[in-house]
Amino acid sequence: MRPSAVRLLNILVPVKRTVDYAVKIRVNPDQKGIDLNVKHSMNPFDEIAVEEAVRLRERLKDEVKSIKVVTIGPPKSAETLRTALAMGADAGIHVEVPESAPAPEPLGVAKALRAIIEREKEKGGIDLVIMGKQAIDDDAGQTGQILAGLMDWAQATFASKIVVDVAKKEANVTREVDGGLEEVRCRLPLVVTTDLRLNEPRYASLPNIMKAKKKPIEKLTPSDLNVDLTPRLETLKVTEPPKRVGGGKVESVDELIAKLKEAGITPVKA
Amino acid sequence: MSCKPLLRHYATAPGPHALVFLEHRGGVIDSGSLSALTAAQQLGGQVSGLVVGAAEEVQAAVQSAKKLSGLSSLLHASSPQYAAPITEIISPLLERVLSNDSPFTHVVSAHSSFAKSLLPRVAAKLDAPAVSDITSVEHDASSNSTTFTRPIYAGNAIATVRAPQSIPIKFFTVRSTAFSAAVPQDGAQVEDKALDPVDVADPPTQHVKTDLTKSDRPELGVASRVVSGGRALKNAETFKSTMEPLADVLGAAIGASRAAVDAGYCDNSLQVGQTGKVVAPELYMAVGISGAIQHLAGMKDSKLIVAINKDPEAPIFQVADVGLVADLYEAVPQLVEKLKAQ
Repeated sequence: MRPSAVRLLNILVPVKRTVDYAVKIRVNPDQKGIDLNVKHSMNPFDEIAVEEAVRLRERLKDEVKSIKVVTIGPPKSAETLRTALAMGADAGIHVEVPESAPAPEPLGVAKALRAIIEREKEKGGIDLVIMGKQAIDDDAGQTGQILAGLMDWAQATFASKIVVDVAKKEANVTREVDGGLEEVRCRLPLVVTTDLRLNEPRYASLPNIMKAKKKPIEKLTPSDLNVDLTPRLETLKVTEPPKRVGGGKVESVDELIAKLKEAGITPVKA
Repeated sequence: MSCKPLLRHYATAPGPHALVFLEHRGGVIDSGSLSALTAAQQLGGQVSGLVVGAAEEVQAAVQSAKKLSGLSSLLHASSPQYAAPITEIISPLLERVLSNDSPFTHVVSAHSSFAKSLLPRVAAKLDAPAVSDITSVEHDASSNSTTFTRPIYAGNAIATVRAPQSIPIKFFTVRSTAFSAAVPQDGAQVEDKALDPVDVADPPTQHVKTDLTKSDRPELGVASRVVSGGRALKNAETFKSTMEPLADVLGAAIGASRAAVDAGYCDNSLQVGQTGKVVAPELYMAVGISGAIQHLAGMKDSKLIVAINKDPEAPIFQVADVGLVADLYEAVPQLVEKLKAQ
């Protein structure tokens, strides 16, 4: 006899289109930002989040009812949604902002996500949000925590392992904290943010990329969600960091030790 | 609320009033929090500390925090619930401290794993944006705005951002390596005040266990010397047998690149980089590390960077003050021997 699940799990995965992690960025001479005419891809931590959602479904089978991905960004962010759909998500939501709009802040993004979660209520609600621990462009690392705060939900940041018990409506999450690991037990609904070591994201296969083209993407605007994405912090300027000049090479270990000595670095006495 | 009389004493004082969240481990204040305190002082106003934890630990932490230079008052709250720091349990306490007629204009913490989890959640409750990992801070009392610099794009650009007057409480986390640690002062004894804990009935998150990596070496984040190993170390055994003698002879902490951590050569907590620890020691010695952008983000403010790599084209040599192109399996043991002989 098959036990019937008390409740089925709906997962939401927010993703962000960022400058590709391997690109060496250039600061614009006008000091207003960086050159964005470069390769973009999905924020690496978000790929891990999508992968984890897909793996949860592979582990829990029918207990996972849906995996939705959402992005907030310019028209081109739709590509990022397609990538997530090709990895195994079911449907996408694109909150489109104009190309020229300033990048929204974590607080604005979290409010938009809150509005999306509210909208999803009539479709069964969201039980689990999995998102990256930080975006590699603004390096803020706040959105997940803010969303959990706005919703008054449990949060588990910097996750390196997630075990969900759908029947109990609980998740055990191992977190990477300063100095080691910490395990917490969280009640659903829950916001999890992913650390690097949670999983190894899959590559989307060509058939899956083709299939992803048929998956639905709902388009919304910030005003549909009744949110204002105008930044509240003013970015005055963006500059190059101070340049480090390599000091050249030495030929031998002896020369290396001499250089260390010159800098006042001597061995410690045991 | 019982703390009101103390706080009202300062409420008439002009200028900013920062609340610094002081973290501690077993009652010993974290050095990252001491740097956050230094940053808070640069706002130019009152600075209050907040210590939270289990009773015995808070007692010890309060005793040492009271002697810190730059603190104008010290708040503390203890509860068995605070023994293991859980964001959802400590957040309501901060919300209460910051609510309504609180005198605080800024909330400051280290950019530590716990504070990174806590501050944005508390800020969200107060509908305020937060600024992460700042490397400088300047407050303009006349316009009541605060200007910060912070690294973005893995430290490849520096953003200058201003939190204007319209943000009533300004939250920020501090990059510890950018500020010196506040030190105890002779004879300083600031007033301390116990706050009632906020009891969270049926918290949504419970602590199960913590596994900390034990080490006799200096702590990576604050060590004055760091030796770091990369993928070229081949496996956990060679990582250990190569890096440990080097760390010992230099009295250094051991770090690692992401590649070394992902390959399982060493523990996650040793990772140096954009998403790991950010270090700025006197000496950073990179052994068998190519120097990817993400790694450089975590160490390029080190005073002296030494690189040992057999690939002369490795990007690490572009930032290294001293580079040695050599096989690390020959160079490192030789280096250890010769340093020992000195």
